[in-house]
Amino acid sequence: MAEKKKINYGKEFAKGILKENPVLRLVLGTCPTLATSTSVVNGVGMGIAATIVLVCSNVAISALRKVIPAKARIPAYIVIIASFVTMVQMLVKAFVPALDESLGVFLPLIVVNCIILGRAEAFAGKNPVLASAVDGLGMGIGFTAALFCMGTVREILGAGTFLSGIDTMIGAFVDLKGFTGFDFTGALDKIGLAPMTLFVLPAGGFFVFGVLMACVNKIAEGKGLKKAANTGCEGCPLAAACGKRKGEECDAE
Amino acid sequence: MKFYIALLIMGILTQNFVLSKFLGICPFLGVSKKLNTAVGMSAAVIFVMLLATAATYPLNILLEKNGLDYLQTIVFILVIAALVQIVEIVMKKYIKPLYNALGIYLPLITTNCAVLGVVILNIDNITEYAAYGYGFGHAMMNSFAAGAGFMLAMVIFAGVRSRLETADVPKFMQGLPITLVAASIVSLSFLGFSGLVEGLGLLG
Repeated sequence: MAEKKKINYGKEFAKGILKENPVLRLVLGTCPTLATSTSVVNGVGMGIAATIVLVCSNVAISALRKVIPAKARIPAYIVIIASFVTMVQMLVKAFVPALDESLGVFLPLIVVNCIILGRAEAFAGKNPVLASAVDGLGMGIGFTAALFCMGTVREILGAGTFLSGIDTMIGAFVDLKGFTGFDFTGALDKIGLAPMTLFVLPAGGFFVFGVLMACVNKIAEGKGLKKAANTGCEGCPLAAACGKRKGEECDAE
Repeated sequence: MKFYIALLIMGILTQNFVLSKFLGICPFLGVSKKLNTAVGMSAAVIFVMLLATAATYPLNILLEKNGLDYLQTIVFILVIAALVQIVEIVMKKYIKPLYNALGIYLPLITTNCAVLGVVILNIDNITEYAAYGYGFGHAMMNSFAAGAGFMLAMVIFAGVRSRLETADVPKFMQGLPITLVAASIVSLSFLGFSGLVEGLGLLG
């Protein structure tokens, strides 16, 4: 059925960035969002790594959607996603070791990022290859954009820098002419202020995420959209396997 | 012995899995509305963490011996997924009361990043804490501490959220935003424990 429907590629692409932003609207992938947004470079690095995995796994899953039996689809998806994560992990280790260092355990943990399994289940498993690739790219960019916003706020307020460490990430590919990011700490020091380290710490991560979500809710409200909420089972990619019906809350006794 | 205690304190208080490592945020936000479900979910997490560590730690030795350690991620996630399925089936058949208590949480745990996280961190710890001879016993202790830390965070947060239900929150902050700000304050209070392990001289 979905095959015959005309697919609007522009719409599929744009929905991931604003209307259905995976982090700020669907509340998926909260762990990497909070953990890797301590600086812009870190967050965007994570976003790009996840986007690559998302696009590749969406394409592979969509291409195999008629071969994978419905009952064994979750394990099959996990194997496909894990293979791409391993490839990305090896590439990052080889070409951007600084990113591997700063993301640490969150690089292999892309496997269990709900965004990727969620898109496989909600989109790639039912739609043709090109549409799935576009959907993956849109969602990936939406994820990266959310990480960029979080990272910008946390880095400027918490460390007094912006784009610091950019030379260690892309310095090997692009000639930055000695640019290593902006540093406002000197200027702050002159007027007797110091960066609020709290914002780089875990507590600041929760706080910035909460405030950002409140802002997005306010904007969404103005446009007549639903408020973002942790949808419990509906957002959970395993809802089908879990045996609970849609709308039913996870913590039903 | 000292190092075991250090691992326990680190896992539960100073490096709490949820509040300072950001692992397992989804269940932390999703399943912490009521105290009994929070306890049930955490108990299931502790159980699966211990089981997963017991299975993957020896497996990792096997992988490394054959130069296949790049397959870690794939092997670990599959082992965890299969293990959880088997445990669920066995539990359903033979240990009905336990299944009734933990059963519904088990499938959710497969893709919980806290479980895969603890398994991978245990392998990383082998090189990080090489000076203390990090071994199987330490890995199990670390997993238990991580699970117990998860439980502590869930239980505390369930209490916070029950208070939040009756609070008068501005409209735009209602729901998830205020929950996240509350989590921020709980996380802030855990900062008070930093330096505890070093202060007690447990890592000497």
